[in-house]
Amino acid sequence: MSDTRRITLIVNGRSRTADVETRVHLADFLRQSLGLTGTHLGCEHGVCGACTIIVNGRAARSCLMLAVQANGAVIETVESLGDIDALSPLQKAFSEHHALQCGFCTSGMLMSLEAFLRANPHPDVAAIREAISGNICRCTGYQGIVEAALVAAAERRGAA
Amino acid sequence: MQRESVKPAPFIYHDPQSRADLHDLLARLENTKLLAGGQSLMPMLNMRIVAPDHVIDLNKMPGMDGIAIGGDHITIGAMTRQANLHDSPDIKEHLPIMIAALDHVGHFQTRSRGTIGGSCCHLDPAAELPALCSLYDAEFDVSGPNGARKVAAQDWFQGYLQSALAEDEVLESIRVPLWPAGATYGFSEYARRRGDFAIAGAAALFAWRFDATIDRAAIVIFGVAPDPVRLRELERDLIGRRLDGEAIHTSAVAAKRIEAMSDPYVSGDYRRRLAGIMVERALTAAAQRAEMAA
Amino acid sequence: MSARYFGAAVPRLEDPRLLVGRGRYVDDISLPGMLHAAFLRAQVAHGQIRGVDAAGARTMPGVAAIYTMADFALIAQGPMPPMAPHPLIKIPMTYHPLAMDEVHHVGEAIAVVLADTRQQAEDAANAIHLDVEDLPAVADATAALAADAPQVHSGRDSNLIGTLRGGFGNIDAAFAKADHVLTETFSMHRGGCHSMECRGVIAAPDALSEELTIYTSSQSPYMVRRHLAQYLKRDESTLRVIAPDVGGGFGPKGNVYPEEFAIALAALTIARPVKWIEDRSEHFVATTQQRGQVWTLDVAFTREGRMSAVRGRCIHDNGAYAPYGLILPATALASFPGPYALEALDIAIEVVLTNLVPTTPVRGAARPCTAFVLERLADRIARHLNLAREDVRRRSFITADQMPYTTGMKARDGSPISYDSGDYTRALDLALDKIDAAGFPARRAAAAARGKLLGLGIASCVEDTGLAPFEGATVRITPAGKVVIATGAASQGQGHRTVLAQIAADALSVDIADIAVDAGDTGKFPLGISTIASRIAVTAGSSVELAARKVRNKALKAASFILEAAENDLEIESGVVRVVGVPGMQVSLGEIARALSGSAGLLLPGHLEPDLAATAYFESNALTFAYGSNTCEVEIDPATGDARLTRYVVAHDCGRLINPLVVDGQIRGGVVHGIGNALYERMVYDEIGQPLSTNYGEYLLPLATEMPDIEIHHIQTPSPRNPIGVKGAGEGGTIPAAACVISAIQDALGAGAPFIGEHPVSPERITDWLDAMS
Repeated sequence: MSDTRRITLIVNGRSRTADVETRVHLADFLRQSLGLTGTHLGCEHGVCGACTIIVNGRAARSCLMLAVQANGAVIETVESLGDIDALSPLQKAFSEHHALQCGFCTSGMLMSLEAFLRANPHPDVAAIREAISGNICRCTGYQGIVEAALVAAAERRGAA
Repeated sequence: MQRESVKPAPFIYHDPQSRADLHDLLARLENTKLLAGGQSLMPMLNMRIVAPDHVIDLNKMPGMDGIAIGGDHITIGAMTRQANLHDSPDIKEHLPIMIAALDHVGHFQTRSRGTIGGSCCHLDPAAELPALCSLYDAEFDVSGPNGARKVAAQDWFQGYLQSALAEDEVLESIRVPLWPAGATYGFSEYARRRGDFAIAGAAALFAWRFDATIDRAAIVIFGVAPDPVRLRELERDLIGRRLDGEAIHTSAVAAKRIEAMSDPYVSGDYRRRLAGIMVERALTAAAQRAEMAA
Repeated sequence: MSARYFGAAVPRLEDPRLLVGRGRYVDDISLPGMLHAAFLRAQVAHGQIRGVDAAGARTMPGVAAIYTMADFALIAQGPMPPMAPHPLIKIPMTYHPLAMDEVHHVGEAIAVVLADTRQQAEDAANAIHLDVEDLPAVADATAALAADAPQVHSGRDSNLIGTLRGGFGNIDAAFAKADHVLTETFSMHRGGCHSMECRGVIAAPDALSEELTIYTSSQSPYMVRRHLAQYLKRDESTLRVIAPDVGGGFGPKGNVYPEEFAIALAALTIARPVKWIEDRSEHFVATTQQRGQVWTLDVAFTREGRMSAVRGRCIHDNGAYAPYGLILPATALASFPGPYALEALDIAIEVVLTNLVPTTPVRGAARPCTAFVLERLADRIARHLNLAREDVRRRSFITADQMPYTTGMKARDGSPISYDSGDYTRALDLALDKIDAAGFPARRAAAAARGKLLGLGIASCVEDTGLAPFEGATVRITPAGKVVIATGAASQGQGHRTVLAQIAADALSVDIADIAVDAGDTGKFPLGISTIASRIAVTAGSSVELAARKVRNKALKAASFILEAAENDLEIESGVVRVVGVPGMQVSLGEIARALSGSAGLLLPGHLEPDLAATAYFESNALTFAYGSNTCEVEIDPATGDARLTRYVVAHDCGRLINPLVVDGQIRGGVVHGIGNALYERMVYDEIGQPLSTNYGEYLLPLATEMPDIEIHHIQTPSPRNPIGVKGAGEGGTIPAAACVISAIQDALGAGAPFIGEHPVSPERITDWLDAMS
């Protein structure tokens, strides 16, 4: 009785084809079918933001999309940002400004900020705080994240 | 009784790509849910608050999104994303109040998927976009197996989370009549945190005469009652008056008299209080905009 | 020994892996043949289970098994062992892994479904026919004490578990001679921990051996091993409990939970690995909560404003069980007299059952409640005498020259509590100075000109840290020249790996990049307690220091033999032992480790014991006391009642800082948790115990947009009670924060406002007070 579809999508630059049960949300698909466990699930009702990814260039909650809806989409997850030995400027700034503790909300924070900084190269503190207001962090009190985003924005401007 | 869950119950997924297919599905299937941007329906599916047998995804439907300017109106496809509305130069020029409202609709990560049609069919009492539809006396274009019909805004709102859309119908687009050049707006809402559903909000539109008196007014309060509440009597009374401190005060007093919902977090009295303050703030902003334009 | 790393803001070793999405949380682990579990939970707060009909559900797609407690009878039965037995608890009030006959709160697990996918397990759980007869429930602790209140557990004759009593001095005399006495009531509301990662468990039985491996998102893997072994009547050596990356804990993950047992029992029964991931809706009804207390207190004080004595009563909502004994009320009691040099104290805490999720420590563990009542009383005295709030504190504080100061209260082991060090007035003055208290009247006037009410908040606290008995560590240098630290101390984001590596790097004179840390895995280190109570820097940190010193000494002894040089002539630099002043005369730590690893037929250098390693357990015989003062500014919109933090200053002393980046992170996160308690977080139940706040639209956690920058100033008074001079820092941010915010709101509302003795405070409540004044 399970309703399945075959989907093809681009994830982190790589074409992937898979059969999915249609009721499976995109976050579960990324985590379970593709093994991309960097995307985390914190509430599965669209509030905490831990599952935030970039879909066709825009930040979105992967728990609020069915995997089947991502057929044909271009998806970016935290795994696309950098490597352990080659962190992206945003990731590096996160470490230097202690913008993460347990790391669970971090992937969603990074993807929200990645999308935000692409569109907003000159953000101020208020704009950054608003950009991450859809991502809950229980550990840091947010201040380190804001500092990291400011520094990363400056670095991106310099590099551009 | 609802049990703890965050994984949807099984359903059959449909993604029609033509009106004919869509209408056929709507005519044929029982216990369906239409999936637009998913920012309200997906949480309800995940938590099994709803468990439809069929989910009909509108995201592949052609011609359901986009913004079209007519002479005296603007037509917005139901599947137009909130983010696209927010970024649209047309909306900025013709419906700047919508940009102000959209800043409060969830977060940019939900506006990327959320649609105006989804908001207007889900009808959370605190939702900003339906309130604007009420404010503008927008017209809802609906289609179904038995043809198309138009629903006036005042008929669209049928109570808590209830629109005039029939089980086998779909919202195609929303036609928003434009106000004359020189009309000004005010928008104000109060929520505990950024992006939360407002406890109360108000939006207002004013068209002006040459002597800076009000030619036409529209004022709506949202979040306070199950549906957006238009203050029509007040709107009529304001015509011919200046929007001065006294008029704003009178309006705030009128706003505080509306019926208000209570819940375990917020009392009706507090909502009424906020309704008055939000109307006061929205009207003050509209008056200031008029002054600046003069 | 150089202090190259200790005290430096070293970026965390944990970060790169977590930043690239390569953390390994329980839900990221997938084992061959693994089944997914979903629990069927009670939907009523109190009920008699009459029947669980799973016949139809068992035949549903993907379902492998559905178990109730009866299905585990051959393996184990009975209630779970209590984590912290207490003489007042005559009959342990712990859960069964799955409820037997009666359920006592909404969310109590009754049956577990195992299926190929979580979706299928939930489908089947929803298809089970559950016959539960409603029994009367009580959701309020005060109501539960009434003579005719429903019994939370049928068969008990009272909802009162017991009354904890503590104090010192001659209370009657102190009150008799007081210039002034006031009485106030206080109430603090329940909230949750809301770690962003919910709980999760995988139990994996090994078909070829007796071994059972448990992965659990826990602060206490060793407690899980101990209690599960006891319950299963197994030797601990057959259980391996691993806390992998854990996405936040904040207290509740320090418990041993019925789901951990039920998943283990299910896996043993079906002989396959089983995974259960708590979802957020379950977190609201099955993870422990905290802070539900109601206090009535009398305070005695002099006409000069010196707080001299406190007496009164607390009603503590313990929820439906006491899995963690009386740890919370005991901690509330032991946290008196805070920073105040009281002459006498007499407190009775009534521990009461309710048909709600049990309460156990959440960040601060009842210390925020005690700080709240004491700080509000200090403000109340100031208001009564029309004194500055800081003057009441200055006149009432224990002074620096009274240290060490024996408070008169007793620790959990019955020993007298003695504050080791600190200068409370200095921290207060620092916090006032940094927020520019002198300039506050001008800022208040400027806010008033904008139609806003600005208030200045003040709160101080003392925090016992470094809870007994111990954590331990093994420091080992491998033949590859790497240093591996193994410790029982599990981590939930605190940065332990980094700070432990900093300590070892300095002690061994090696590069921090050459250090790896294995933590929270019972297979890697024999003993551990829990990552709770701000104790790891003190206990595990000191253990690493002691073990690393032993390794260093052993390496020098071996090198002395290998290089044929006196130990006094040797130095260690960058992982190499050299003879001072003789270039080329050197041996690396890796080479020494190889030599001490032995080769067949050869003796070890210097007849030393094999292995360049040492283990140490630092026994924390006496608590060490962090303290601090916070100040903040809150701006209120009198129209809406909206209260917003505009500034927040922390002056804090947690002894020597190992890593300021990490300590500041702990404090900031803690403060924001406290702000959440003060303004946002409200776990609402109806009168029959149905939770009404079960999602993040209803339960409001602090977001970035509403939180202020938090400015931190450290005082570093080394603790005399451990070899590295540190005190704990994990909860010091939270403890005074709610009191500080409420102090500011009270100040903003002005002299005519009612006294505020509660939190959380909603905008509506603030408008109520404003209306009452006008």
